[in-house]
Amino acid sequence: MADTTVRDRSATGVDDTPSAQSTFPRLLRGLARQRPDDVAMQEKRYGIWQPLTWSAYLARVRDFAHGLASLGVQRGEIIAVLGDNRPEWLIAELAAQSIGAAVVGIYPTSIGEELRHILTTSRARVVVAEDQEQVDKLLRLRDEWDRQAGEEPLLVERVVFYDPHGLEQYDDPWLLDFTDLEARGREWGEGHPGWFDEQVDRTTPDDIAVICTTSGTTSKPKLGELSHANLLSMADHLTQVDPIGPKDRYVSFLPFAWIGEQMLAVACGLSRGLTISFPEDSATQKTDLREIGPDVMFSPPRIWESMLSEVQVRIDEAGWLKRRLFGWGYDIGDKVASLRVTGRKPGPWLRFLHLVADQVATRPVRDQLGLARIKRCYTGGAPLGPDVFRFFHAIGVNLKQIYGQTEICGIAVVHRDDDIAFHTVGTPIPGTELRISDDGEILLRSASVFRGYHRNPEATREAVDPDGWLHTGDAGYLDEGTGHLVVIDRQKDVLTAPDGTRYSSAFIENKLKFSPYVEEAVTFAPEVIGQGMTAMITIDPATVGSWAEHERLGYTTYTDLAGKPEVYDLLAEEITRANEDLPETIRVQRFVLLHKQLDPDDDEITRTRKVRRNVIAERYADIIAALRAGREDVTITSRITYQDGTTVDRELTLKIFDLTTYEIPKDRGRRPVWSGRR
Amino acid sequence: MLTRAYQHSLRGSHLPAGRPVLEVDHVSLRFGGVKALTDVTFTVTEGHVHAVIGPNGAGKSSLLNCISGLYHPQEGEIRLHTADPPGPDGSPGQERVHRLTSLPPYKIARLGVARSFQNIELFAHMTVLENLMLGRHIHMRHSVWRSMLWLGPARRQEIRHRHLVEEVIDLLELQAFRHKPVGSLAYGIQKRVELGRALCLQPALLLLDEPMAGMNAEEKEDMARYILDVHELAGVSVVLIEHDMNVVMDISNRVSVLDFGRLIADGTPDEVKADPAVVEAYLGAEEEDAEVREALRTLEQLGTHDEAEGNRG
Repeated sequence: MADTTVRDRSATGVDDTPSAQSTFPRLLRGLARQRPDDVAMQEKRYGIWQPLTWSAYLARVRDFAHGLASLGVQRGEIIAVLGDNRPEWLIAELAAQSIGAAVVGIYPTSIGEELRHILTTSRARVVVAEDQEQVDKLLRLRDEWDRQAGEEPLLVERVVFYDPHGLEQYDDPWLLDFTDLEARGREWGEGHPGWFDEQVDRTTPDDIAVICTTSGTTSKPKLGELSHANLLSMADHLTQVDPIGPKDRYVSFLPFAWIGEQMLAVACGLSRGLTISFPEDSATQKTDLREIGPDVMFSPPRIWESMLSEVQVRIDEAGWLKRRLFGWGYDIGDKVASLRVTGRKPGPWLRFLHLVADQVATRPVRDQLGLARIKRCYTGGAPLGPDVFRFFHAIGVNLKQIYGQTEICGIAVVHRDDDIAFHTVGTPIPGTELRISDDGEILLRSASVFRGYHRNPEATREAVDPDGWLHTGDAGYLDEGTGHLVVIDRQKDVLTAPDGTRYSSAFIENKLKFSPYVEEAVTFAPEVIGQGMTAMITIDPATVGSWAEHERLGYTTYTDLAGKPEVYDLLAEEITRANEDLPETIRVQRFVLLHKQLDPDDDEITRTRKVRRNVIAERYADIIAALRAGREDVTITSRITYQDGTTVDRELTLKIFDLTTYEIPKDRGRRPVWSGRR
Repeated sequence: MLTRAYQHSLRGSHLPAGRPVLEVDHVSLRFGGVKALTDVTFTVTEGHVHAVIGPNGAGKSSLLNCISGLYHPQEGEIRLHTADPPGPDGSPGQERVHRLTSLPPYKIARLGVARSFQNIELFAHMTVLENLMLGRHIHMRHSVWRSMLWLGPARRQEIRHRHLVEEVIDLLELQAFRHKPVGSLAYGIQKRVELGRALCLQPALLLLDEPMAGMNAEEKEDMARYILDVHELAGVSVVLIEHDMNVVMDISNRVSVLDFGRLIADGTPDEVKADPAVVEAYLGAEEEDAEVREALRTLEQLGTHDEAEGNRG
């Protein structure tokens, strides 16, 4: 067999680490006993970080668990939580797990069909919702469902809300205040002494702890069941590579419905006793992040990309002295980083220069981004451009790639501190086996492979074979030089160029997306060989806007900006540069700048910002056809759906730019990574 | 504290809803020979959003200035009804009537009449938080010396007031601007801070002078939402001056219309909308209107004619 199997040396098959035998509620009880007065989480409210100690956390979990029991929630049931990250989210989660129930997290931005699908599939009877917005969504769902017979029933009996503002006047018997339920639970608990501890003792590592929805670029989200054992063995294995301690801080701002947040905030949080901080508001996220200065962070690429664009915009606004100084410091940081990631050490002179450069140039930038204390941070969920990667290492941020999926608790492969290559995802974490199948698919096996999709055994059988290998559906190979895993793309999206190179659209798109001006790119393969690739681009309004400002170019809306010939020229140059890094056969030859951004409300992109190619292919069929046919422009009718549901049709002509005859003007210098200017 | 519900009521009035809170009684105001207000009479009911509308120069702001004591009308009287806090046994407090027309502005503020200004009147170099804390001044009980020494009671008082101010910040979603100097903020945000400062007074009556002036449609929506929140959640009585008819009709319980200093209509939004005098004040006289419509029709016919000809050619 041509299979290559990589197995970490420390993987023994038997798990002897302590927490894998435990469950989240038991770990919480342990922490409340060992460190009752330490801060478990803190939330910024009313301008002050308001702490919740481990013992208070446990007390609230106990009350809420009693409250759930008083509502008749049984072992094995699922409760849904719909809302932004707040302590109540975790209290509800732990309370459900304490009584042997599981929790399914729903993205707070979910609407309509998606929301109903998750609620009906999980058969949730109790939903914990954040505020008026979420409650209104649920009420509407209930009213709509009554009118549609034959669908799978919505079984929701109670909606528990934790932010009562605006709900004072609602008298629907469906609704219940979170603190009222806690009070009710306290009362109920007085009649049932010892019940809670008994329930916690009854939890087993194989209980379902969390149900995470898969992002579903292709279809309705599937609900992956993750047990305590799955998540905790993942936490153990990850922390063997990258130790996390009880003094470490973590800022939780990405949705708990996402596996990445469950992985660090809940699994690592409880097994290692992290302190979790919740920002006050989405608008204050950046300042709150900076106030806390987290030690560990896991974010999808868009967060890192937006940090880089922020730096670019701000450096471009700075005076020449600061620009020069930063440029100097950045180059030294870059040199040191390129040594460090391969496990080498800089010489004494370089070390000295780096010390100075760090103090005057790169540390302040790190501090501004809130990354001053960071020990390690991860990116995952989608590929990150090598240059973004490089930027963070140059400014002294230890950013590492994670590869994993919801089905394997979010992580299976990661970079090691002294062994980072920007185009790979690293090597498997302990206890994880990796194999490349004959047709190039990545297969994984570990104790963290999920229990299966909720009420969907066919899909489970497709994902996990009888030997326990998880079929990731991703195509990849092992890099010969480093032995790292390289992920190409989803197996079904991998194409073969005329010269035999295996590539994927995303591979090209990521090259294009590395330009700070490109927000999203969707490429299309030619129908006839030799015609070259074509691309549909959406520009980043922040960076292009600031560039336009600098060039004294007036514009009104996004559509107007994207239609400017100057902007086309700018993007032509960027794409030509990106083309230089691509093999001849898969270079982009024609592109169009789309008149609007891709929007999850229009289903064009998922909530985690993955492009839905099938929707794009259908909606923009005219544009794609015109691109392939080599026409000079294309006229389309665009339908805009406003947030209140009304729609309006407009006719627009989009220009198609041909790059085959384009050459970058000779006098243009190359733009440094950290700047949006030439 | 576990609940996220607000702990402080922003309503400073103890009057039962439905009672008159403000009576404007035959008020006339002149500046030399210019008559700003002539014989204006209306009543604001406790628990209502009462809008005062009218074209430019109708005397709306002058009226508000009379209520808050900045102007003193030559004739007529403005009366404010207040009630003392209910007794410990739940018995309603003593009701009182105050003649605002004979009081200086600071005393009117002490009675719980808070206002915002059309042109933002904030301390531009102070932060949002400081401006809002200033809104609490009528409730601050300690002397300058004790406050400067930051003694226990002064400190506790400040913390107590800060708590209410933070609830206002939360209600108006000003968290991100808390420590920013007001002068550096966008216009729409400054307007929100003005509303916030008035709210921090825990008003018995809230006077808003064109809170949505100079805003785009979206900002107006937001502002209307905040005003409704204040009204519905806190039950504060509001007198609102506004230019934009649509907004007013959507959010007020009662509307008074001024034109050239006279009250030309007073009623529910629907009544006012149907009132011919209001239509005239806003859209011009019916006869003029008829002429304009006629001219428009002619133009349209010409236009279609041209087009038809163009198509033929």
